[in-house]
Amino acid sequence: MNALLASASASASASASVASAATSGASGMTTSVWAQPFFHHALLAGTFIALAAGLVGYFLVLRAQVFTGDALSHVAFTGAMAALAGGYDLRLGLFVGCVLVALLLAGVGRRGKADDVVIGSAFAWVLGLGSFFLTLYTTSASGLGDGGAGTSVLFGSIFGLDGGQALVAVLVALAVAVAVLLIARPLLFATLDENVAAARGVPVKALGLGFLVLVGVTAGEATQAVGSLLLLGLLAAPAGAAVRLTDRPFHGLALAAGLAVGEMWAGLALSAWIPQCPPSFAVMAAATAVYAATWLRPRRASRSSLVVARG
Amino acid sequence: MNPVVAPTSQPSAPSASAASGASGASGAPAPVIGLRGAAVRVGGRTLWSGVDLDVRAGEFTAVLGPNGVGKSTLVKVLLGIVPAASGEIRVLDRRPGEAGSRVGYLPQRRSFDPDLRIRGIDVVRLGLDGDRWGVPLPFSRTRRDERERIAEVVELVGASAYAHRPIGQCSGGEQQRLLIAQALVRRPEVLLLDEPLDSLDLPNQSAVAALIGRICHQERVAVVMVAHDVNPILHHLDRVVYIAEGGAVSGTPDEVIDSDTLTRLYGTPVEVLRTRDGRLVVVGQPEAPAVHSDRHAG
Repeated sequence: MNALLASASASASASASVASAATSGASGMTTSVWAQPFFHHALLAGTFIALAAGLVGYFLVLRAQVFTGDALSHVAFTGAMAALAGGYDLRLGLFVGCVLVALLLAGVGRRGKADDVVIGSAFAWVLGLGSFFLTLYTTSASGLGDGGAGTSVLFGSIFGLDGGQALVAVLVALAVAVAVLLIARPLLFATLDENVAAARGVPVKALGLGFLVLVGVTAGEATQAVGSLLLLGLLAAPAGAAVRLTDRPFHGLALAAGLAVGEMWAGLALSAWIPQCPPSFAVMAAATAVYAATWLRPRRASRSSLVVARG
Repeated sequence: MNPVVAPTSQPSAPSASAASGASGASGAPAPVIGLRGAAVRVGGRTLWSGVDLDVRAGEFTAVLGPNGVGKSTLVKVLLGIVPAASGEIRVLDRRPGEAGSRVGYLPQRRSFDPDLRIRGIDVVRLGLDGDRWGVPLPFSRTRRDERERIAEVVELVGASAYAHRPIGQCSGGEQQRLLIAQALVRRPEVLLLDEPLDSLDLPNQSAVAALIGRICHQERVAVVMVAHDVNPILHHLDRVVYIAEGGAVSGTPDEVIDSDTLTRLYGTPVEVLRTRDGRLVVVGQPEAPAVHSDRHAG
């Protein structure tokens, strides 16, 4: 309850400070926003959240599980709303909800890969549940009529993080990043060549489950930065760009993480300069722009030589 | 593609008798794969029983039979994925599944997604270090050795020209060669292949069959290969296991793919015909859609 109020008020004060900075003139604006503690918290948390999202996203794209991430974005909203309605910190609901549903999807889907029908069915029901919890929360005494919490979960409130929340976000994201790097090679093997990997003693099923747990945690993290509606972009866009830019798996992994962090910085800087531009939008704009730019890149030379060789 | 017989005459093969002879047990090295009265049950149903088989180093063995008799299951038993219901099974003097990287495996598969942007050489590399945790470090000491070994095995399967292309853009035959390289990269003594010629066109079938025969005889790898059609591999084979009607016979191709032997195995009259170009056609075999095309051709 206290944490919730703190986060809600921090969010309010942060947006107020951005607004006041905006009205106080062009030269003063940039220095004041850049020097604000809320911006430092956002930069710190955003950097590590983006790092984790880039690494996890690369494998999501490679394993064709991007829509698992989409399902989790619905769950993130519902989990946060359920926690608020129950009077807990919304982050608790985020993480518990995302991880549980990631495990559920893995359990229902065959071989640690959730299939389309399962995810599709989960979508609508979960989102409806979220709107139920939101109503429960806003109409209850504990809610104090704070309908803004729903919006901040849906669209993110990275400028609303206080020092403690930023620290937790950094630690969780760091743990996710280390875990992804630790399982990267066997996970790649299991992704590309499941049967051979299993015959080689790679715990294919456990890796699939463990990876989905990491996806769940990352979805909870990314919701704080860009919101549950937009987290899919942070997971998929940098990784999708990396897959298009290199055909070496570990270069791709590093590139996905690097692009995600760079796009997070660009987005935060953009929204600091232009106060009308919310950070979630700015980060997504940067991510989408980079992904779109990879399509402008000319075809690889190897591709043309392939055509010649076949012709 | 041509000389499969040549390697056995080279001095690099110290025990040429093992490659050629299956009959003389004395003096021959111990078999790398041995089955004695092996049987397997899947879902309460006995797929096959009483299978005896010895495969020695450098021998090319094919597992033949109609669809659904449990040919792939035999490979899975040798891998230790499916337990045997009875009988004794030894792979490299251990129980199945315990020989680790000394056994290479190429499962039955569909091809890679054309959009998969991972180089062939990276897929080969996973055969070497894919089961290790962490990420490859750029300046590790073993990195150069590993790179040399990968280049060597890619050269062995003749895939150097396209190993650096995304594997999704390689043809079926090219992908199959790269996957054989992946299975060979840790120098296995036993190579288990499940229908590696499936879904390849005829020229690629014979080319990949010749490649497997060459690897088998030159590198002294014991190969057990599940096959749909014996003809593309017939000239490279040393032994055949023919599974049908819950039983099996094993021996040289001439002994097994024979009218009398198969008639005894199936329990109904079966005739093996040899066409002018040396292809074998099995006629009268029950529930065998596999040979329909051959029957029309013959």
